[in-house]
Amino acid sequence: MALADLTITDAAAGLRSGAHTSVDLTEAVLERASMTEAEIHAYLTIDREAALEAASGADQELASGHDRGTLHGIPIALKDNMCQRGVETTAASQILAGYRPPYDATVVTRLRNAGSVLIGKANLDEFAMGSSTENSAYGPTRNPWDTGRVPGGSSGGSAAAVAAGSALGALGSDTGGSIRQPGSLCGVVGMKPTYGTVSRYGLIAFASSLDQIGPITRTVDDAVALLQGITGHDPLDATSWAGEYPELASELDAGVAGKRIGVVTEFGGEGYEPAVTAALTSTLDQLSDAGADIVEVSLPTVELALSAYYLIAPAECSANLARFDGIRYGLRLEGETTEEMMARTRAQGFGPEVIRRILLGTYALSAGYYDAFYGQAHKARTVLRNEFAAAYEQVDVLMSPTSPTVAFPFDAKSDPLSMYLSDVCTIPSNLSGDPAISVPVGLDDQGLPLGVQVMAPAMGEPVMFAVAKEIERLAGFDARPRMVQELA
Amino acid sequence: MPIDIDIAHVARLARLDLAEQELETLRSQLSAILEHAAKVQSLDTEGVEPSNHPLGFVNAFRADVVTGSLDRDEVLKMAPASRDGYFVTPPAMTQD
Repeated sequence: MALADLTITDAAAGLRSGAHTSVDLTEAVLERASMTEAEIHAYLTIDREAALEAASGADQELASGHDRGTLHGIPIALKDNMCQRGVETTAASQILAGYRPPYDATVVTRLRNAGSVLIGKANLDEFAMGSSTENSAYGPTRNPWDTGRVPGGSSGGSAAAVAAGSALGALGSDTGGSIRQPGSLCGVVGMKPTYGTVSRYGLIAFASSLDQIGPITRTVDDAVALLQGITGHDPLDATSWAGEYPELASELDAGVAGKRIGVVTEFGGEGYEPAVTAALTSTLDQLSDAGADIVEVSLPTVELALSAYYLIAPAECSANLARFDGIRYGLRLEGETTEEMMARTRAQGFGPEVIRRILLGTYALSAGYYDAFYGQAHKARTVLRNEFAAAYEQVDVLMSPTSPTVAFPFDAKSDPLSMYLSDVCTIPSNLSGDPAISVPVGLDDQGLPLGVQVMAPAMGEPVMFAVAKEIERLAGFDARPRMVQELA
Repeated sequence: MPIDIDIAHVARLARLDLAEQELETLRSQLSAILEHAAKVQSLDTEGVEPSNHPLGFVNAFRADVVTGSLDRDEVLKMAPASRDGYFVTPPAMTQD
């Protein structure tokens, strides 16, 4: 297998057996990027020199016996809404063109401490608002499985890089499904951790009560390894969890015998492609044969989750994006007064979806509407959390499709509401704050990847990973995009 | 039920200088999205507390000690305009 197509786990083993060096891995990934980027456009910035220098440093450390663990010497991509000191960070927005952060996000610091090689900054929907990467101000990313289709979003660049072999793993951020849905559409693993367990310091904020950074990888084992590298309490993030953290891999090989798996009955029917439904059904059959107890679970309030989300997320985004005012960083258009300068700068610098959400949020928070919209949405969130909590008294994990559809063609969802429906299965876990993972299980008859989602209660990562790994083993999904097979 | 939005007022609040035609498009799009979002109002939330931190965190405190911060010159380098260690902006108001 080509070095660029190795799992993190295998690449790490090879670094220690002498099969290859970190420079070999990094060159292989950069070489792959040079062959795929013209078509895929997974990256906004590739930091070639710094990556090779970091790889060389990792090789020296490993040779001298200073072993930082699984991620040491592994080439990783960062979604471009994570600040990396001195490296252009735009969140795919014109308003941040040329911005070079004077500091590292905590996840970047942690990856550096783990010895990872940072390859570059991956494309996304502007400020992580979207489900297709079509909202990037710098042009869309294309799906390596079919370049006429979207990779999903908003972490579409991260997922496409992992699928195409231009990174061994990547970080994404997930506010309403932005890690899991592109993971599903690109045939890779995408995981959103429990809210508060990965620091948001240095993540350009979209909706602070929902945003969470997580791993995008080729296998469940790799997701565990990458999450282990970035999780933990951070005093720089006031919402960071300061209590006990679970041992992520503690149940990893436990299988599913005797486990109770709930299928959420609301996630199906109209709007769900038959291949998506069939993939979930056959996965459940396999899990049942492997000894799991499959039960149906109803969560009636998930029907309102999308509505609540499209009040909470825009409201928080309208507050967070107030900082882009033409004063401290980024674009400035001139004006006679500060207000005129700000209003011109913001109208010019933000793209249409970002403007739509800022206005939506401003309206939902404005005098006279607050209680009816934003306040009510947060109460709905409580009701939803209570429903999830009641379900988890009956079952260990919940399952659903990750996305109602496979990867869709460009411009297929130009109506904002139809695009929002892409996240109907993933949004509830953001509202509840619970962890969830998308695992690839097969291809549809057009050769497009299909994923299933496993959801667990807060801090339930160990059982979630155990079920995910068993799904992965039973599915035996090892297909790669044709363009990758031809290059490898 | 369609929701009527004073879009020019909302754009002013959000500090977005948008053309009439853009505002009109946005008004109808927002109206459709809000009509969907307003479904949350159908939920009985009598006596329900709103969620804030998903895990129920209220406050996070740290020890009151001085620590280092970002280098001022490096931060100001990213500003569109700065002078003598300050950000420079147009006047907050003008004489009429």
